[in-house]
Amino acid sequence: MHRREAPLRPNGGAAIRLAHVRKHYPGAAQAAVGDLSLDVPEGEVVVLVGPSGCGKTTVLKMVNRLVEPTAGEIHVLGEDVRSVAAPVLRRRIGYVIQQIGLFPHRTVEANVATVPRLLGWDRRRIRDRVAELVELVGLDPALLQRYPSELSGGQQQRVGVARALAADPPILLMDEPYSAVDPIVRARLQDELLALQRRLHKTIVLVTHDVDEAIKLGDRVAILNVGGVLAQYAPPAELLRAPADDFVAAFLGSERGLKLLSLVTVGQVASIEGPVVDGDVTPGEAAAVMRRFGVDWVGVRAGGRLVGWVADRDLDGRRRVADAPAQPFNAALRPDTTLREALDVLINSRTRVAVLVDDDHRYLGMLTVDQIAEGLR
Amino acid sequence: MRALANGPDSWIWWEWVGDHLDDIAASTREHVLLTAVSVGIGLVISFPLALAVRRWPALSLPVLWAAGAMYAVPSLALFGILVPVTGLTRTTAVIPLVTYTLLILVRNIVTGLDGVPRDVRESAAGMGYTGTGRFLRVDLPLAVPTILAGVRVATVSTIALVTVTAVIGQDSLGQLILDGLNRDFRTPLVVGIGLTVALAVTAEVALLGVERVVTPWARRRR
Repeated sequence: MHRREAPLRPNGGAAIRLAHVRKHYPGAAQAAVGDLSLDVPEGEVVVLVGPSGCGKTTVLKMVNRLVEPTAGEIHVLGEDVRSVAAPVLRRRIGYVIQQIGLFPHRTVEANVATVPRLLGWDRRRIRDRVAELVELVGLDPALLQRYPSELSGGQQQRVGVARALAADPPILLMDEPYSAVDPIVRARLQDELLALQRRLHKTIVLVTHDVDEAIKLGDRVAILNVGGVLAQYAPPAELLRAPADDFVAAFLGSERGLKLLSLVTVGQVASIEGPVVDGDVTPGEAAAVMRRFGVDWVGVRAGGRLVGWVADRDLDGRRRVADAPAQPFNAALRPDTTLREALDVLINSRTRVAVLVDDDHRYLGMLTVDQIAEGLR
Repeated sequence: MRALANGPDSWIWWEWVGDHLDDIAASTREHVLLTAVSVGIGLVISFPLALAVRRWPALSLPVLWAAGAMYAVPSLALFGILVPVTGLTRTTAVIPLVTYTLLILVRNIVTGLDGVPRDVRESAAGMGYTGTGRFLRVDLPLAVPTILAGVRVATVSTIALVTVTAVIGQDSLGQLILDGLNRDFRTPLVVGIGLTVALAVTAEVALLGVERVVTPWARRRR
């Protein structure tokens, strides 16, 4: 019977646990993976990244036993991977590889149905599941009767993901899944994976050599050095803020601050109240606020919303600030906007601030370059 | 001498053909049977040989060398060796024919299986196929075009070779050719050669058809 169950987990939420894992290929001068211990938390995307020869693919393949470790233990959902036959284990773990490896002699439909067939599902259940998956990965159902050679690279990739997800495995292993497609398709497929993950909450281990991909996709990133040495294992923002050593810093590249900009959201940064007044205050009170912030304009608030801003010179002779014509701010940011977008808004804004509102358009605060710089520390 | 429009001296004497239809049909049947049996047995022997070669690559050279050596032995010599052992029988005819198919078949089965892309094999293993399951459901179907190409070449060359078995008295279209040569009589010679060529062409076309039917995926390309 196939059902989604909450597996027993004596190891504290780690869906995959590697303990002192070593792999020495016969005849190799040194171990491909030295002595690696790593926990992959359930429901997270963990990216293994590192230069060639760092053993990242070997690590991935040891999880589904395409490679058998020389020493150490690997547990998947609390179970030693050696306690079940390898084919049985693999049917519970989705697997996507760089060249995708679709079966050329089978239609798209049959490719997607591979694991359910191996598991002996009945025909109707397989058909329903295939239909569901096709929708899930955004594939045109008209392609189901085609052969892989008739598909574009991006379509093949989606079929590969659908095939890996077919039996709804709690774990997905992806080995350089996007290195064979062009950059535009790659970016789109990455976004699709993130969207998919928001719906499915799988435990995903993804191998890449592309540090930007690691930062974009990973909830956590494990940076491996040659010989399978774990150099640092942390959420991407933490890696960028505090690389553990020179190797990690060099691997992350010279634009760590810029990379962090796309990673940190506005909501994670302390905003300031900003030069904002209620519409019914006098121009004199508004002038005091402007002086305090050193600006020649003031934001106008009405009932918790920010109406716009009024220039100093337009306040002459008005009784209340609200009587002056307010100009709209050109963009308002939500808490989940990245600092990168916030910076863009800020640069293009006459007032040199970015306004922050919540989902109900209520005013939350303002960001200036100073707050953004502070957020990157 | 009277100029006959159709008679014993013309390239083909239809009256003779009409009188010998039953013999011609029997020879053709026997020809087809010998070919099918030889290629069939050849396949049955080639498969385990090819699998052994893939399993133990050290066997590759000796096996292909032996098959190549047998391929090089003239069929007449082989009959000479076999007749004292197996007599003037169908078995004596089939053994060399089978031998000649081995080189082509073993080589094409090995090439076909080796040609299965690495990524396809890896993803099949990663999906949870067992070794046997992967061989039967993935490797073998993908090797079919190359294997069938080998079967095609083996069949056509066997059809030609079968005619030689006439020298040990085995019935086939070769008997018609031999008869024609012995009697300096053109009609059986032309009929024998013509039907042999027709058989070869038919087999080639039929096997191409089989290949198209069983490998629909190999036809469609984006």
